[in-house]
Amino acid sequence: MSNVSDVSNADTVWIEKDALIDRIPRSVAMALLFIVVVAIWDLVTRMGWVSPIILPSPAETLADLIFVGQNLISGQYMLEALWTTTLTVFYAFLIATAIGFSLGVLVGETKFGERAVMPYLVAIDTMPKVAFAPLFIAWLGFDISSKVALAAFIATFPIVVATAAGLYAASENERMLFKSIGASRMQTLLRLKLPTGLPYIFTGLKIAAVGVMAGAIMGEFLGGGKGFGALIRQSASQMNTPRVFALIIYLSLLGLALYFTVVWVQRRLVFWNKSDQPGAIG
Amino acid sequence: MTTIVIPRPGDPGPAASTERPVYEIQRLSKTYARNELVALQGVNLSLHRGEFVSVVGSSGCGKSTLLKIMAGLLPPTTGRVVLEGKPVLGPRADIGMMFQQATLLPWKTTLENIVLPIEIRNGRSAAKAASGRALELLRLVGLGDFANVYPGELSGGMAQRASICRMLVADPAVLLLDEPFSALDELTRDFMNMELQRICMERQATAFLVTHSLAEAVILSDRILVMKPRPGRVIEEVKIDLPRPRTLEMINTPRFGEIVAHIRDLLGKEAFV
Ligand SMILES: Nc1ncnc2c1ncn2[C@@H]1O[C@H](COP(=O)(O)OP(=O)(O)O)[C@@H](O)[C@H]1O
Ligand SMILES: [Mg+2]
Repeated sequence: MSNVSDVSNADTVWIEKDALIDRIPRSVAMALLFIVVVAIWDLVTRMGWVSPIILPSPAETLADLIFVGQNLISGQYMLEALWTTTLTVFYAFLIATAIGFSLGVLVGETKFGERAVMPYLVAIDTMPKVAFAPLFIAWLGFDISSKVALAAFIATFPIVVATAAGLYAASENERMLFKSIGASRMQTLLRLKLPTGLPYIFTGLKIAAVGVMAGAIMGEFLGGGKGFGALIRQSASQMNTPRVFALIIYLSLLGLALYFTVVWVQRRLVFWNKSDQPGAIG
Repeated sequence: MTTIVIPRPGDPGPAASTERPVYEIQRLSKTYARNELVALQGVNLSLHRGEFVSVVGSSGCGKSTLLKIMAGLLPPTTGRVVLEGKPVLGPRADIGMMFQQATLLPWKTTLENIVLPIEIRNGRSAAKAASGRALELLRLVGLGDFANVYPGELSGGMAQRASICRMLVADPAVLLLDEPFSALDELTRDFMNMELQRICMERQATAFLVTHSLAEAVILSDRILVMKPRPGRVIEEVKIDLPRPRTLEMINTPRFGEIVAHIRDLLGKEAFV
């Protein structure tokens, strides 16, 4: 008989404790941080440390949020602007996905694409793409097509790179398996490389979702038109900073909606790979 | 007193009756163009129906290269490979392969993974028609209840058993196995080796196994080819005269120890340091 059994549990069982800050649940942690930031913001504006033209108080911003919200809900000109920007973002995302995916397959699947196409893509990608905005406006005019073009232009490259990387992701063993069962190149692409690369491709799509938003607003800043970006610029030029803040917050909802649509599609499509997806919340 | 029979390399031995060998490999050599590395030189071997032959040798001596050439996955530099009277000029439906990793596709169920070779070669409807046979195979390896499960839920040993089924589903004439169980823990590995023996005996399968485990090679094989590197070549062929079916207990017999010691001698000490 060993004397281990003589020792009671109370003396031997111990519990590993997380630090207090690590034990706060997500919702509480997020609310806590929000309250702290708003409190500091309120303090800074209340004490007059920063001019209201630079930083409006939380109360002013809230008032404008409500005003803009009412305008949107009652379907007035702001809703029209938001709709214009939504369409721009939507078209740009579709175009970027189609072109980015096709180029990505060309680069990732063919030696020609890798050797000839990729160097040019890298060269264009290193350019500041906003600099092309005046060209797009000159070619396509001041309506949404020039903004769509700029946004799509910005968002295409991450999809190309992600798709090409995804097609390389299948392991040597998996390729050998497909070769040994007599798979054609097309079969290997469609049944092995593409499904294996999907998590990568979705990472590219998420980066592109952020990119089209930036591109669309940039296009509207530079090329005018009827979108949300034009509203923001207008309010800014009138020094109406609370309005600018409110508009940016509503705009970010559009970005979030696009981003989480991509995340949602990814969860459905790539059901076998739920963990370690960069950027996935929850 | 027993002695180890060591025929000349390429000698078909007593297993060869009047029947012609399933696999005939002559004067095979392979030089990788990329680094001008001579991976194989002057390899001759033949496999007879129902025979289990292993290749042992230190890592990098060209075992996988030999297997890939036999499978038609890699062209030889010189020499010929003939399977069932027809030269091997590419992947073939009558060759079943298994690799170190199970490589099951995570988006297909176990059953769908097993019929994958048929799906690729003969299309979806043929694959569907083969699912009954696939299920039978799964039961054979004790995975009957896991047919509709995704591979993410299978253990390493279960995944390798599933990949055995995938190899067998098209009823290949010959099985080529490249260190199929070396990623598994030792207990699982012993169990899998016994499974493999049972399956091969039941099906009268012709099998060619690459391994770097001498014990595994001895327990499974009728013959063992001993390879040495730089350049990769077969230095000897060792006949294993242990009775069949083999059991894990045989590992403790003096005879088994003698054979392992003999092969270890052939490889030389430097091969494993
Ligand atoms: N694709 C390749 N290109 C160049 N050298 C290779 C290639 N594949 C394998 N080799 C080399 O050929 C030799 C034999 O490799 P391999 O057949 O994989 O050995 P083993 O399976 O016995 O470990 C090694 O030296 C390896 O580095
Ligand atoms: Mg190897």
